[in-house]
Amino acid sequence: MNRSAIDLWVGVFVAIGLGALLFLALKVGNLASFSTAQTYQVEARFSNIGGLKVRAPVKSAGVVVGRVAQIRFDNESYEAVAVLTVDSSYKFPRDTSAKILTSGLLGEQYIGLEAGADARMLAGGERMRITQSAVVLENLISQFFFNKAAEGGDAKSAK
Amino acid sequence: MLVALRAALIRLGAAVTVGVWRLGYGARFFVYLIVHSGTAFRRFRLTMREIYFAGVLSLIIILVSGLFVGMVLALQGYETLQRYGSSEALGVLVALSLVRELGPVVAGLLFASRAGSAITAEIGLMKATEQLSAMEMMAVDPVARVVAPRFWGGVISMPVLAALFSAMGIFGGYLVGVVLIGVDEGAFWSQMQAAVDVRNDILNGVIKSVVFGVAVTLIAVFEGYDAPPTAEGVSGATTRTVVTSSLAILALDFVLTALMFTGGA
Repeated sequence: MNRSAIDLWVGVFVAIGLGALLFLALKVGNLASFSTAQTYQVEARFSNIGGLKVRAPVKSAGVVVGRVAQIRFDNESYEAVAVLTVDSSYKFPRDTSAKILTSGLLGEQYIGLEAGADARMLAGGERMRITQSAVVLENLISQFFFNKAAEGGDAKSAK
Repeated sequence: MLVALRAALIRLGAAVTVGVWRLGYGARFFVYLIVHSGTAFRRFRLTMREIYFAGVLSLIIILVSGLFVGMVLALQGYETLQRYGSSEALGVLVALSLVRELGPVVAGLLFASRAGSAITAEIGLMKATEQLSAMEMMAVDPVARVVAPRFWGGVISMPVLAALFSAMGIFGGYLVGVVLIGVDEGAFWSQMQAAVDVRNDILNGVIKSVVFGVAVTLIAVFEGYDAPPTAEGVSGATTRTVVTSSLAILALDFVLTALMFTGGA
């Protein structure tokens, strides 16, 4: 095997290796969206975040506009504080509400933003006032049973 | 009774001493190798040749294995996922398992048996036929001239091979999942893109493959350099290379996975 043939093959080898990495980064990992974009952070407080995880998507109208950067517990108000990193190209009014939603029946949980009507926009470091906690299945079921029991009681007393 | 116990203790002590001595010798050899790597980069053509032998010639086995591993993953994953009605998550399953684990590990194991054993046998035979001694006689450092280019050639080849393995595996998963079984193509790619993170998953996979590359090639060149200069010694060293580096890959993989994927999300 002469020199230039070896050089050629090593060149081909390294080139297709880089191609594979590029394929992994762009097609599989979707590098193009988000990683380098400018972002700002806003805070949202929830009484219960359910199964929300760090890096969960923040969506508005179903479109991913950011990610959950950090989750911590506030020992003063006994609430969960979620810090959201939102892409700077998306601006939201100050009275935007944040809800914890679930994608599909068994899917992961994410934060859904619903834009309000305020003229002023949310700036970095501000807090979203209107939030709705995650739906906890146990609470839902017990609520259902209480309602049923109350209905039964009403029916009896009406007799 | 006492004599037998004494003999057993002596054997145990000797085994431990030899093990520790070899470990220390290996570590010193590693440092010496790094310090004397200048030639491997100044005369990069030497390293280039080794990339050709370790990397380019391993392409076929890596690509074919990657394709089949990806296809099997898709078949098996689909069987399980469809029970939960989430067969669209097939792309996520295939991509994450390949990029995080199977790509670096299986490519590392194949690399150890395909290229590592060849490196050991080559260096061991050069030692047995006194080519290394002849170089020393001519004031050429065999570590700088023979060992370092092979080491760096392997270290450079390994991440490339692992990336190719993963990419090929994902393509195999696509073939079986989308083309053969008929999972929705849009969901396959978009769920994969939503779940795979470039830094957390892909970069960590690349780091793993670099670590495996260093481990496998170091073991291979060390076993070759340290082999007893007989036919039997070289064959024993080749076997030890494959066994030790396979075990090293699996053990290192556990440690790296514990470090990379347990904190945070």
